[in-house]
Amino acid sequence: MEFFRFRRDIPFMSWGKYTTTISLLTFIIAVFFLATKGLNLGVDFTGGTVMEVGYSQAADLNKARNTLAGIGMPDASIQHFGNSSDVLIRLPTKPEISSAQLSEVVMKALRQEDNTVEMRRVEFVGPQVGEELVENGALALLIVSLGIIAYLAMRFEWKFGVAAIIANLHDVIIILGFFAFFQWEFSLTVLAAVLAILGYSVNESVVVFDRIRENFRKMRKASVEQVIDNAITRTMSRTIITHGCTQMAVCSMLFFGGEALHYFALALTIGICFGIYSAVLVASPIVMLLGVTREDLVKIEKKETKEEAVP
Amino acid sequence: MNRYPLWKYLIVLVSVLLGLLYTLPNFYGESPAIQISPMRTTDKADTSLLARVEGILKKNNIPVNGMLFELNSVKVRFSDTDIQLKAKDILQAGLGNGYVVALNLLSESPQWLTDISALPMYLGLDLRGGVHFLLQVDMKGALSKSLDRFSADIRSSLREEKIRYKRVSREGLQIIVKFRDLESRDKATDEIKNNYEDLSLREHDLEDEFHLAVSLKETALKRMQDSAVQQNITTLRNRVNELGVAEPIIQQAGADRVVVQLPGVQDTAKAKDILGRTATLELRMVDEEHDVSLALSGQNPSDSELYTERGGGPVLVKKQVMLTGDRINDAQPGFDNNNRPAVHLNLDSNGARTFKQLTRENVGKRMAILLIEKNQKEVITAPVIQEEIPSGRVQITGNMSISEARDISLLLRAGALAAPMDIIEERTVGPSLGAENISRGFNSTLFGFAAIAIFMTVYYLIFGFISVTALGVNLLLLIALLSILQATLTLPGMAAIALTIGMAIDANVLINERIRDELRNGISPQAAISAGYERAFGTILDANITTLIAGIALFAFGSGPIKGFAVVLCLGILTSMFSAIMVSRSLVNLLYGKRRKLETVPIGQVWKPTNNKR
Repeated sequence: MEFFRFRRDIPFMSWGKYTTTISLLTFIIAVFFLATKGLNLGVDFTGGTVMEVGYSQAADLNKARNTLAGIGMPDASIQHFGNSSDVLIRLPTKPEISSAQLSEVVMKALRQEDNTVEMRRVEFVGPQVGEELVENGALALLIVSLGIIAYLAMRFEWKFGVAAIIANLHDVIIILGFFAFFQWEFSLTVLAAVLAILGYSVNESVVVFDRIRENFRKMRKASVEQVIDNAITRTMSRTIITHGCTQMAVCSMLFFGGEALHYFALALTIGICFGIYSAVLVASPIVMLLGVTREDLVKIEKKETKEEAVP
Repeated sequence: MNRYPLWKYLIVLVSVLLGLLYTLPNFYGESPAIQISPMRTTDKADTSLLARVEGILKKNNIPVNGMLFELNSVKVRFSDTDIQLKAKDILQAGLGNGYVVALNLLSESPQWLTDISALPMYLGLDLRGGVHFLLQVDMKGALSKSLDRFSADIRSSLREEKIRYKRVSREGLQIIVKFRDLESRDKATDEIKNNYEDLSLREHDLEDEFHLAVSLKETALKRMQDSAVQQNITTLRNRVNELGVAEPIIQQAGADRVVVQLPGVQDTAKAKDILGRTATLELRMVDEEHDVSLALSGQNPSDSELYTERGGGPVLVKKQVMLTGDRINDAQPGFDNNNRPAVHLNLDSNGARTFKQLTRENVGKRMAILLIEKNQKEVITAPVIQEEIPSGRVQITGNMSISEARDISLLLRAGALAAPMDIIEERTVGPSLGAENISRGFNSTLFGFAAIAIFMTVYYLIFGFISVTALGVNLLLLIALLSILQATLTLPGMAAIALTIGMAIDANVLINERIRDELRNGISPQAAISAGYERAFGTILDANITTLIAGIALFAFGSGPIKGFAVVLCLGILTSMFSAIMVSRSLVNLLYGKRRKLETVPIGQVWKPTNNKR
């Protein structure tokens, strides 16, 4: 079986104008939603308390809401979680009640009303911890980006590092844009997914760049544009199959992973889809735009073979 | 060209065998058990405890599935949780206060596996249920507490040396000693310098007063913080022992934080209550020189504070602390001679000496016993000292109920916290959700793997099957590695396993596509296989290193659940490099390497463009 049968190289680079426009547009839209709607940050980042409780039958949200209002928590958000018998309760931080006791107070009130209720999960994050997590998250994003640029600059050339990271940050922004637009909850696990995507979709660019380097050596007479077109076309099959396989694993998580992994898998899905697009149609045009030449890579290549020759 | 030397095959074989061996314990499941260990870490559990436990269980006709003695504790297995719960109550009653009797789950893997330290993966709290707390030590509180102690010491030193001073008071994070004349201050400076090397002094004058500002030296501050955290950890450990938790984790996290993890704890309310409370005692003298009514109207004497006695009237108490709760060895609830609930304290030798002196010097005066809980001070009782108490045995009676007496003694026995602590993060997962999370993670991995296996085999035929085998080895090695390292497996960690499966196949797809590519270019099958593996290697390395960078950064900056994800991601990258390259290659070499005339490569259809330009 062979899915991809390209008779000749696909002129990706000549579409550069359109793809760059599309990328720019999606990017701007994503930034727009991020700016206007903002991320629906989970309790990990904002601080506060989240409780998941399970009832033996379908839960009556209004009743629970009234109960909580009765104990002075009208600002609690209550919603179904996963199925009708599970309920998720979000409580903002209350200065007057010790946060550690908050969940106990709520649980007691709920139990009085229906004693089948079972505590499934409580997460309380102090505001100070939340701030730190935001800080660390941003720092991790920065370090990953710099690390990748440095590695690619060493292995290829700085232009490739910059192009790859722009392409991937573009993916990250788009993932964030989706989360902002749909107001999906952005939790620590989602952040992990975003960072994993950052590392993962760089693979994509790396594979293409590797081919570009190889082609510069082999296709002596071809123009830079032809070289890149050929590299993308010939790695296309692998790109789609690999991403397809990863997506299969992610879909499995989406279907069987339950609520806890839902947004994690969703973030990965968006990341994978845009990862394909950006590796092919964002990273490479940027490399072109940055004015990559044969000498950039062939020179490096020579050095490398020399190093490799020394045992 | 597609042959491996024997040692390479051996490496692959040995690693697969080791992988199987260390993955094995994960398949045995767990049985309910009870773990019994001595309350104090200094005490040793020995075979006599084993015999005692056995005797108690036999007397009560509790069927036992096995008993073992390891790591300073006795573990008893039961066939189901009902028996386990029954046995716990019986053992707790039979063994008395000196032992921690905790519910636990023990792996059913055979002893010989445990002997080679092949253990099942260590499951995080989100998978097995339990409570995770992050506690922040209030360093300011610790500091002011220790400064209070210092000011008491300075006061008595000055008095002993007959150096006249106006006042010693703590203002913020320093102690201000005020003098009337320069000479006294100079004397005091010498005295303090000689006796307290942890303190730094600064002199300054204010109108007609001579001040001496005393503060803690930087090094002493650091040491004090460390010891405050350490003492809190010890205290927490004692308290957790009181709760009866099988495998608690209590460790320092950062400069002033402590992580407490209590697997399997159901009653989180009690856990939080016991952990969060910062009860300690302070012994001070009642200020009898000043008038309480005057203080009530707002004119508080500067070195005294106003409190309300439990069940009594207001009482004016001196600020100077004579004795603190960390001198308490033991505290037990009980009754006094009049059959009122009481707390019996046993002081350590230092405390007993201080107390003896205190009571001798103050016969006939009133002493106040303050209970400090969550920064709230309350005078439990303020008795008149009748006589010198030399033994260090103190009985506190006040207006309290039996259960209050029990609570107070539990908290006092478990030790005082050197500094108050706040819970700044809590993650509690109920046991049912934990079990659900395991099956979710497992299913995600299983179905992800199955889908990829089917696709790869259909698309790349035999080479696809080889890739899938390599992927299976990858999974095996990853789980074995996680078991060996005993890294905590969390739900995000399980997600990372599933994700690793999806990402690891990339290497094999790269290789297979390369081989097809080479075949397309008209190279002979054997050469194509060899070239495919060689050319793909550099790309695989680059691609994996970038993911590894992300993984390491996640590990460095992530907390809790993210760390679990990062560990698995990083390990998965390492195992996938090995399996995708070495394992699959050795299989290919084994199958095809010896064939001189390999006509075709069974890698599925290789489509060649009819009008290839190149």
